[in-house]
Amino acid sequence: MADRLTLSDVEWIASLARLALTDAEKALYTRQIGEILAYAEQVQELDTTNVPPTSHGLSRHPTDRADVARASLPREAALANAPDASLDAGLFRVPRVIGG
Amino acid sequence: MSPHEWTAREIREAVAAGRVSATEICQSCLSRIDDLDRELGAFLHVDHDRVAARARDIDQWPAERRAALPLCGVPIAVKDVICVSGAPATAGSKTLETFVPPYNATVIARLQAAGAIVIGKTNCDEFAMGSSTENSAYRVTRNPWRRDAIPGGSSGGSAVAVGARMAPVALGTDTGGSVRQPAALCGVVGLKPTYGRVSRYGLIAFASSLDQIGPFSRTAHDAALVLTAIAGADPQDSTAAPEEVPDFAAALTGDVRGLTIGVPRTLLDQGVDPDILRSFDAALETLRGLGVTLTDIQLPHAQYAIPTYYLVATAEASSNLARYDGVRYGFRAPADAGTDLRRMYERTRAQGFGAEVKRRIMLGTYVLSAGYYDAYYLKAQKVRTLIRQDYVQAFERVDIVAMPTSPTPAFRIGERVNDPLQMYLADVFTVGVNLAGLPGISVPCGFTRDGLPAGLQLVGRMFDEATLLRAADAYERVTEWWKAEPAVSLSSGGPG
Repeated sequence: MADRLTLSDVEWIASLARLALTDAEKALYTRQIGEILAYAEQVQELDTTNVPPTSHGLSRHPTDRADVARASLPREAALANAPDASLDAGLFRVPRVIGG
Repeated sequence: MSPHEWTAREIREAVAAGRVSATEICQSCLSRIDDLDRELGAFLHVDHDRVAARARDIDQWPAERRAALPLCGVPIAVKDVICVSGAPATAGSKTLETFVPPYNATVIARLQAAGAIVIGKTNCDEFAMGSSTENSAYRVTRNPWRRDAIPGGSSGGSAVAVGARMAPVALGTDTGGSVRQPAALCGVVGLKPTYGRVSRYGLIAFASSLDQIGPFSRTAHDAALVLTAIAGADPQDSTAAPEEVPDFAAALTGDVRGLTIGVPRTLLDQGVDPDILRSFDAALETLRGLGVTLTDIQLPHAQYAIPTYYLVATAEASSNLARYDGVRYGFRAPADAGTDLRRMYERTRAQGFGAEVKRRIMLGTYVLSAGYYDAYYLKAQKVRTLIRQDYVQAFERVDIVAMPTSPTPAFRIGERVNDPLQMYLADVFTVGVNLAGLPGISVPCGFTRDGLPAGLQLVGRMFDEATLLRAADAYERVTEWWKAEPAVSLSSGGPG
């Protein structure tokens, strides 16, 4: 953790995040994210034994609504913003997933 | 005085009484936008015809209907991360350049039901990630008090729209200070409600455990009017709390005697601009003169708020922004020979997102990844608990915690763009409030010697916006800062 962030770390993160970075971006982010992590390292000073994590700012459990079916967006409206959709078939079109 | 200079309260009263039409109000604001915004850059989209049609509708309603609506005829500018049905919502990102939401955010539906008119969509940092509005993919937004200074961010366009009198009120979003900080830097009021006070349905998500929609205005009274209209439980957002929504304007009695305000004095020892500190101390003395008791408090973990925030917020952002994959909406990178699905995702995201968004997605992905989750993300969530407990303990002794909103006045455009860490430090007094889920308000409290506005931040107990608004209003009644108007030129010339 205290180890310096490396270029190969950045390439691995970019792969997880589905980002095709240029070599210049990889070098820049290796430096900048390394600096931000070094700064963030100060949270390690604190003893958090027996401290529960806080995952949200709510003072109580979120409110569940009744599980009742309701009208949703019409299919044409849902497809209208897609970069490539088949309105007739009601589908989003994407490049080949498997095979070649 | 032209209608574009009126407060929302004045507009609503005049329209309800039939003294002026909604059409006249909107024409005044639209011509102000036409005059100024080429230079100031507050707006991304203004649809004159749509605004005029909505105003005509309101003018044709029966007088009784107009009189019953709390925001009748009031133009409101809306940050471009909030969905207005049929109007673009780019979130300041190339990724959403062509996105037109087919539905209204809950806040928009509620504002429209209250008689308000969306006057336009405002510029912001891409996906609300930034403190200067410089991360917008579209345009530079300038501070109306000094054209070469940033307006703050991420809701910079909304702050400028209100500060330059192009709209009486606006909506922004506040994840780490993105309403309060630009409000302070532009000399207007900005309110971040309690987490859960306002529905986030139809808000383009950045960090879901921190995001909250809030109003910009020139007066605490106008902030109260907008908050009353947009607050409350919502079947579309399970985190929108069922707490009763009071009439916040009715809480503005002008009487703050007996309130105790805590000041975390040791936090202010370092890094606060001396002019900002002077304005802050003078504001505290003014409040003391109104019968408030001042006392020093400790927030022992406040110094960890920025690192904690940037670990938590980027983790949530990396997850939320996974949806921009070029399939269901938004930008898709052009295909090249042999493009498969994974390659399409990677190129789409690389070309659609700007530098800061990519940086935060990368950081967030890292802190959530195997081997680092416990050390960074889980650790930050535990420190978040400590930061929250500091406030819980403080509020056993005090009713309000006061701090400067921003440690510095507006900095120069371009000054911090190459140093993200330096940019993050602008949020030192605001991010802890989001981590704790508390309400906070920034009110104008003076100017630096260079003529840039300073903001007083008041932080309250969970769901106690009423006390914040009451204190802000009482302060306004005995000060003139909120009346100050930037000298904006009406020429169509370049930056002055």
